[in-house]
Amino acid sequence: MTSKITQLFATLKKEQRKALIPFITAGDPDLATTKRLIQALANAGADLIELGVPFSDPMADGPVIQRADERALAHGTTLRKILKLVKDVRSQVSTPILLMGYYNPILAYGLKSYARDARQAGVDATLVVDLPPEAAGPLNRELRRVGIDLIFLLTPTSDEARIRLVSRQARGFVYFVSMTGVTGGALQGAKEIRRKIREIRRHTSLPVAIGFGISHPQQARKMAELADGVVVGSALVRALEISGKPVKAAGDFLAKFSKVLRKNQG
Amino acid sequence: MTLPNKQGYFGSYGGQFVAETLMPALKELEQAYQHFSRDKKFQQEIRYYQKNYIGRPTPLYRAKRLSDTLGGAEIWLKREDLCHTGAHKVNNTLGQCLLAQRMGKKRVIAETGAGQHGVATATMTALLGQSCEVYMGDEDVHRQSLNVFRMKLLGSKVIPVHSGTKTLKDALNEALRDWITNIRTTFYCIGSVAGPHPYPMMVRDFQAVIGKETKRQLRGRPDYLIACVGGGSNAMGLFHPFVKDNKVKLIGVEAAGEGIRSGRHAATLSAGRPGVLHGAFSYLQQDLNGQVIPTHSISAGLDYPGVGPEHSFLKETKRATYVSITDREAMDAFKILSETEGIIPAIESAHAVAYALHLAPKLSRSKRVVVNLSGRGDKDIGTAADYFGVKL
Repeated sequence: MTSKITQLFATLKKEQRKALIPFITAGDPDLATTKRLIQALANAGADLIELGVPFSDPMADGPVIQRADERALAHGTTLRKILKLVKDVRSQVSTPILLMGYYNPILAYGLKSYARDARQAGVDATLVVDLPPEAAGPLNRELRRVGIDLIFLLTPTSDEARIRLVSRQARGFVYFVSMTGVTGGALQGAKEIRRKIREIRRHTSLPVAIGFGISHPQQARKMAELADGVVVGSALVRALEISGKPVKAAGDFLAKFSKVLRKNQG
Repeated sequence: MTLPNKQGYFGSYGGQFVAETLMPALKELEQAYQHFSRDKKFQQEIRYYQKNYIGRPTPLYRAKRLSDTLGGAEIWLKREDLCHTGAHKVNNTLGQCLLAQRMGKKRVIAETGAGQHGVATATMTALLGQSCEVYMGDEDVHRQSLNVFRMKLLGSKVIPVHSGTKTLKDALNEALRDWITNIRTTFYCIGSVAGPHPYPMMVRDFQAVIGKETKRQLRGRPDYLIACVGGGSNAMGLFHPFVKDNKVKLIGVEAAGEGIRSGRHAATLSAGRPGVLHGAFSYLQQDLNGQVIPTHSISAGLDYPGVGPEHSFLKETKRATYVSITDREAMDAFKILSETEGIIPAIESAHAVAYALHLAPKLSRSKRVVVNLSGRGDKDIGTAADYFGVKL
């Protein structure tokens, strides 16, 4: 069974395009808005949408996403409600959806129940920040059974042994973290990123997307040259935070990235 | 079989649940620790500082007046409050900061709640000429201003944390974020037997000097060992050398705050359920959706929603028993120990004393109960005055 994400990257490759992957925190500021944001992002050129599952202790996130998580939790956002939202939105939006979060909310939900309900809702992939390959076995078994891709992170500190370890378990694509740091940090030099991605490609044929620190369309264009996709997270969440009209802001924000990426790869 | 296993598990508890960026650093730390824990010179250096700097061995003192007043078992106090800096925390920071030095890491970071671990880290980094930054929840910065000033005097930088509940768990999050960012140059000195492997093992081993000395000093087997449990490092340090001797009963005392039924407590093992926080699978105070819930204790050092994974294992295997003591019971014990023995305990340690007060009268005079007096109460004078309604 070829997953929707695998299909997506295959299609993009044929079209010589790179995946544009926006991230928003589900439930920030509330779930009704999130639903409209998903539609706006899909219309503005998102190839894959990353939905953050808020957690009380997001230890790999910078202040922007921490605040988004706090707002979402303050409005009673739960994993169960997020899955219901995905199910609702599925009738209007076919863009693949990736849920990204921390392990404990999924553990509390139950690994088996999560896999089942996420599949039924139409979730295509899951990324668990604090679940390295050494600990991912139990969740990965459940997700594989229902055809949901488990996405893994690789970072500038991942050596060859770790790249191989991740490659053996990863499906869909590999998420390369551009820097040693938390979300929303400053993007570092392209040279080291290029070198590391080359190393990753020696061990896996999976597509590679770059995330963390991409805040401007020009940076996205540059990073897209090095990889198969780019993730834009904190900068988007920040734009929504300061805007009085988040749905319009999300569409406008992403359209700029989409335009640059499409122009570049015409 | 010695625990943890190679993957860092005590039974099903422990492990390494961290962001990928940290994994290579944890492996590096694990290897360095394995190497130096067998290195004679390193061990000699630790013993040198334990004796000449911390002031070890600390006395095991028979609390005669207290025992006579209660009329039951003999109560013995392991006097960790007499360690340099006033608590057991320095046993661990000595080991970790020396390890950082051997690993060539010149920058040390730490998290702190009440400030005791922060002070102990600031002390060792001053001694060893390392730079030190301590993360502390903004709430705690205000509650424990004296310790903030102590850390600054010792040449450390204190960084207030404004996220989440602004307490210890958020300080830990922020320290982890710093570590993720500065992973190549920085050593993260964790203050309890919590966090990802190898910390629970390493911190336990550095604290095990408490139990080893107790064993030697008591001559013969104790019947009960009692220690307070927040993250659980002083308890693990006392218990560890006795875990294999099933005749010694191990009792961990958690903070029941205003009572477990009130919901305002920090009794993780008594009222939580297993989950993942700060890198380990262990008991956790969480809601049904897996979100960590705020805790309460009059003692800032016990006010933490998680607990070290080895304690979860000792609970599950029933090798240790975990009980809880309310704010009020702890403060009664704080007063009683001060008045009968002339020892003002840390409020954390007063929880362990409180359980001993409850247990000793039910036992015969031939029984011996060892209470870990993990810290002294100087830092708590302000809190105690507030509690007893005294204006200073």
